[in-house]
Amino acid sequence: MNHLESYLILSALLFSLGLYTVITRKNGVAILMGIELILNAANINFVAFSKFVTHQVEGHLMAIFIIMLAAAEAAVALAIILNLYNDQGNINVDEADALKR
Amino acid sequence: MPMVNLSLIILVLPLISFLFQIFFGKRLEHKKGEWISIALVLTTLLLAIIMFAQMLFDYQPDFRQEASINWVNLGQFQIEMGVLVDNITIIMLVVVALISSLVHLYSVEYMKNDVRYSRYFGFLGIFTFSMYGITIANNLFMIYCFWELVGLSSYLLIGHWWEKKSAADAGKKAFIVNRIGDIGMFMGMMVVATVAGTFNYQVLFERIASGAWAAGVHGLFGGVDPNTLLTWAGVLIFMGAIGKSAQFPLHVWLPDAMEGPTPVSALIHAATMVAAGVYLTVRIFPLLTPDAMAFVALIGGFTAFFAATIAITQNDLKKVLAYSTVSQLGYMIMALGTGAYVAGFFHLVTHAMFKALLFLASGSVIHMMHHSLTKLNDHHTDAQDMRNMGGLRSKMPITYAVFFIASLSISGIPLFSGFLSKDAILAGTWSYAAHIHDGWLAQAHLGWILPFFGFGAALITAFYMFRLIFMTFHGEPKRKDIFAKMHESPKLMTIPLMVLGALSTFIFFTLPSFNPLGGKSWFQTLVKQPETVVPMGAFDSEGFAHGLHLAHYPAMYTSLIVAGVGIGLAVLIYILKEIDPAKMAQRLGILYRGSLNKWYMDEIYLNGIIRPFLKGCDAIAYFDMEIYDHYVIDGVGRRVKALATGTGIADDLVVDGAVNLVGIIFQWLGWTFKFVQTGKIQNYLIYVLIGVLMVYLINVF
Repeated sequence: MNHLESYLILSALLFSLGLYTVITRKNGVAILMGIELILNAANINFVAFSKFVTHQVEGHLMAIFIIMLAAAEAAVALAIILNLYNDQGNINVDEADALKR
Repeated sequence: MPMVNLSLIILVLPLISFLFQIFFGKRLEHKKGEWISIALVLTTLLLAIIMFAQMLFDYQPDFRQEASINWVNLGQFQIEMGVLVDNITIIMLVVVALISSLVHLYSVEYMKNDVRYSRYFGFLGIFTFSMYGITIANNLFMIYCFWELVGLSSYLLIGHWWEKKSAADAGKKAFIVNRIGDIGMFMGMMVVATVAGTFNYQVLFERIASGAWAAGVHGLFGGVDPNTLLTWAGVLIFMGAIGKSAQFPLHVWLPDAMEGPTPVSALIHAATMVAAGVYLTVRIFPLLTPDAMAFVALIGGFTAFFAATIAITQNDLKKVLAYSTVSQLGYMIMALGTGAYVAGFFHLVTHAMFKALLFLASGSVIHMMHHSLTKLNDHHTDAQDMRNMGGLRSKMPITYAVFFIASLSISGIPLFSGFLSKDAILAGTWSYAAHIHDGWLAQAHLGWILPFFGFGAALITAFYMFRLIFMTFHGEPKRKDIFAKMHESPKLMTIPLMVLGALSTFIFFTLPSFNPLGGKSWFQTLVKQPETVVPMGAFDSEGFAHGLHLAHYPAMYTSLIVAGVGIGLAVLIYILKEIDPAKMAQRLGILYRGSLNKWYMDEIYLNGIIRPFLKGCDAIAYFDMEIYDHYVIDGVGRRVKALATGTGIADDLVVDGAVNLVGIIFQWLGWTFKFVQTGKIQNYLIYVLIGVLMVYLINVF
């Protein structure tokens, strides 16, 4: 388990699952969870390349920065979804097309 | 001060009067503005009298001053503006200034209640200006300019009461008929300018005398006889005089011009403007060839007789005087044609006095008739018809007296001015007929027709003038109601009459001799017949001059006899009533009707010239509208329209089609791709995914 490939395979799986979730789900919260998966796949890549290729801490720093950004993003996104629920009674993003009508 | 400067001041003052009246006249209070005009024209009279006195003081027959500036410079050919002052100019200036001043004064009263009072005085001003211009011009071109200006002012003043259709028509008629003569004059000027290369009288005469004319004709036209061309030039320029001086056959405008105010008739259509034609003939006299002179004499003589025959039967006071004017102008023209140069110009001066007097006196009668008719509230009776007058002698003694003097003068009775000049003219025709041996007028003693015309006209003149007096001033008043309201005209009108009445007597024209039958007067001394510059051929000039002297007494006796017969006839018919005019008219039948209807001249022009001309115009209009427009213009139009339709279709199909095709393609593309833009992020993500996968696959393989 001490090879770069293992980490990259894990991160690719996570990314694919996240992307699948984002594309297929209509539920806003589920999409948000998919985005978290994609971000974490990126985090794994950062840390893995930092550990095995550069041997420095920039990757770690970037991963922590992304976690913080993900938290902020989750807060904003959840606020949007909450307003969406207040507005239309569900959190289905397909139905959020008021500007298009 | 040189005479030339004085004459220029005289020229400018009436123009100032005109400009003043036109621009400020209306703003001034009524009966104030005209005194400025009168003051200006009286100043010109004063200056003219100063010049006249200077002339008498110098007593030089050959006096002559000329000054000119270059006006138009066309390389070889130059047109100048210049002033020529000689004795003729000075005498003419005095005549114009005097009559114009008196008419100005007279008009104050006559036009008192006119609506266009200031405009009237303005037009009198521009007329006086133009007439001075004609008088002092030293070349043909300048005289032509002022010639047209007097025509214009005549037109404006005839049409002064343009609300009346007949007045407006008369103005137009005067203008158009004059234009016909002026075209001839212009052609004559062009002949002169082409051959001699100058308009200046003096230079022109010198060039003719020195043979430069003959050389010019030879150079330009080869085989043409220079004298024939000179005859044509003279006759053509004389055409201007035919128009302006109302000679047959262009006399028709003058009787109609009597529609204008009577003072205007006196100034323009009796004394000065119509004499401009005579003045022009006087100016070009040296270049008239014997043939041209015969033509001039015949035109004048015929006019004198012809117009007199019309005057007999007219009942309109002013119409009689109008035809009388035409007749007297004919006398002057005839005198110039026969070579009695001094007599012709002399008659111009004397006639200006007594004819202006006749018109102003008749104006006095008409003015009072108008007053009476207005008081009676009668707007239908003609104030100028002599059949409504009669017996006015007791009511208007001054008018009657001056009218009588003027009538004696025009009839050629001794002690009056007309006798002196008329007698000289008749002697001239007599001598001319006796001494002409060459040319077409000498054939079969045709020349004797001139004295016949002259004496015949003298007889008729005496008759119709006294018919006029007897019908107007003698006998029983025909309309008692009008008669009762008549009285003498105000002083402002009678004073000019008295001045002119005094000037119609012999004494002013025979000085320093007191002989009422003539003699060597200042006029005969100071007005010198110019040397002719053309070969006179077989015409015996010396014999003519001698004959003129010999014919003096026989002509005088004959003219006295015919005048006596004329007056006697008038007395017989209208005072003693021995002969009934109506019965006589019936017996004369066709002659009477012809005379009454002016020998149908207007009808002849209407049916002979105007109607055929209009028909010709109609025919040309028909050709233009129906044939030319229909086939040529519209035909081209139709073909162009068909062509345009063809290109229109091509344009719609090909050009627009191509443009629309581009549009349609992009419309279709847009329609197709609009389904890609769903607005859903998830769809876009799929596209991104597909894109990334494709990039990946391209990189791998």
